[in-house]
Amino acid sequence: MPHQVAVFLENKPGKLERVTGLLAGAGINIRAITIADSGDFGVLKLLVDKPAITCNILAQNGLVATVRRVVAMKIPDKPGGLLNIARILTRQKINIDDAYGFVLKSGETAVFVIQVKDPDTAADLLKAEGIQLLGDNDLYFL
Amino acid sequence: MTIWNKKFECISPGELEQLQLERLQSTLNRVSRNVVFYQKIFEREGIIPERIRELSDLRRIPFTSRRTLRAAYPYDMFAVPLREVVRLQTSSGTTQEPIVVGYTRNDVEHWTELVARVLTGAGINRDDVIQISFDYGLFPGALGMHYGAEAVGASVIPASTAGSRRQITVMRDFRSTVLIAAPGYGLRLARMIREMKINPQDLFLRVGLFGAETWSENLRRELEERLRIKAYDFYGLSELFNPGVASECEAQNGLHIFEDHFIPEIIDPGTGRPLDFGEEGELVLTSITKEAFPLIRYRTGDITTLIKGKCSCGRTLVRMARVKGRTDDMFSVLGVSVFPSQVEEILTRIEGTEPHFQIRIDREADREVVKLLVEISPEIFSDEMKKMQKLKREIKGEIYKLLDLEVEVKLVEPGALIGRGEGVRRVIDNRNRG
Ligand SMILES: [Zn+2]
Repeated sequence: MPHQVAVFLENKPGKLERVTGLLAGAGINIRAITIADSGDFGVLKLLVDKPAITCNILAQNGLVATVRRVVAMKIPDKPGGLLNIARILTRQKINIDDAYGFVLKSGETAVFVIQVKDPDTAADLLKAEGIQLLGDNDLYFL
Repeated sequence: MTIWNKKFECISPGELEQLQLERLQSTLNRVSRNVVFYQKIFEREGIIPERIRELSDLRRIPFTSRRTLRAAYPYDMFAVPLREVVRLQTSSGTTQEPIVVGYTRNDVEHWTELVARVLTGAGINRDDVIQISFDYGLFPGALGMHYGAEAVGASVIPASTAGSRRQITVMRDFRSTVLIAAPGYGLRLARMIREMKINPQDLFLRVGLFGAETWSENLRRELEERLRIKAYDFYGLSELFNPGVASECEAQNGLHIFEDHFIPEIIDPGTGRPLDFGEEGELVLTSITKEAFPLIRYRTGDITTLIKGKCSCGRTLVRMARVKGRTDDMFSVLGVSVFPSQVEEILTRIEGTEPHFQIRIDREADREVVKLLVEISPEIFSDEMKKMQKLKREIKGEIYKLLDLEVEVKLVEPGALIGRGEGVRRVIDNRNRG
């Protein structure tokens, strides 16, 4: 199961570059990056190949970062792809704390990531519905 | 536990009074001859040092304020010629412009002895390895501690401002048994120890001495738990000795003031009226041994109370409570008077840990705006944006409910506000600027 690193960032110029620079310097691959912005601050979320090391590097540089497991799934990058997933989640009563998507190969595959309390249960339910889940390696070495 | 200087730390009240009176008379004599500021004041008020017969006569002399020291910058308050001064240090206090403080050889000797008392009071001895994590350049506390630590015969590591990781590597490898730092920085090191996945039990730390910024019992408990130490408070000010004015003993119940060197009073910061034991007010100190930079009835700006009664440690010197805040930190907005310590209490309760915050007051289009900047810590960070927004609303709501104060809450990155040495500025008031 993939791990997501979340970082607190002040909404100031250069903050994002600093994080990506730190990780690039440590040879860490960023697979996906997304930011939830609330005006004066933001929560940056990263899918990376070495989540624990990433978290340590960020903490050592004075940033607050957490790591957690998330469920990532493959959906066809075409109309209706996301709707199907949303229906399944509603039907299975899975509460989503946060969600975001990104495209792996333009026009071909989109990845949808959900943050839930119990990722194992959510993963089992989605698998049973025939959704293709992505493991760590699937994400980083696609 | 051991007492460094039993003769003075356990002096009888009668003897102390006699000693204070003699030392006060000689100090007044010297300043009336050598410091123009005091010469003028004594003349104006008709004060003749030889006629000071009782300690209570001290109350006839007007206060000395920080403003006076600034006006005297650099050397006008010195009571000795510069050739007798062996050390000069500048104090860039938390809320103030710099002043210069000088020390004669005797001053440095006294200072060293007082710091030896501070360390001995915290149970520190020659077998200890003391890591001093104060800035040696700017903060007189670092050198002051250093001399005292050498006097008790301990091994001293001047770790100064090495980065947090390096501090901890040194702490582990050199087997530091004592950490001396600002309390906020102590907490930062505790967090870094966890980041580095070091078990505090694998360290040799047993005592922490924390000072130079206002802290609380909550933070003491947190530091003691996280670092597995006994944490002690000390008090001093750069204008006199810092550290070396007062310190805690093993009872951890108030700080013994070194009354053989300083005469303490508590006054109402508004009216200047003297207050009694147990009443909260501003601490006023008169130095009675200092040669280069003596101060008479100096208003420290620190809010505390004097504690009456015997201490279980055997010392007879009077105790002061932990400093609650600074008079110049108190602010009024739209008719509401607020102490930063009140904001601190609310934040501590919400965060469950020692908060780092700063209050900024601005005037925007004829309206007073109060911004509360709160540092994010691992304890309160959530990767769910809605929880972060809830936290902001909760802080704003509690402050409004309890202090009747409307604030704009801003969350900032860790370390954005943290200070070293002389501490974080709790309040920045921009209303009268520009
Ligand atoms: Zn005591």
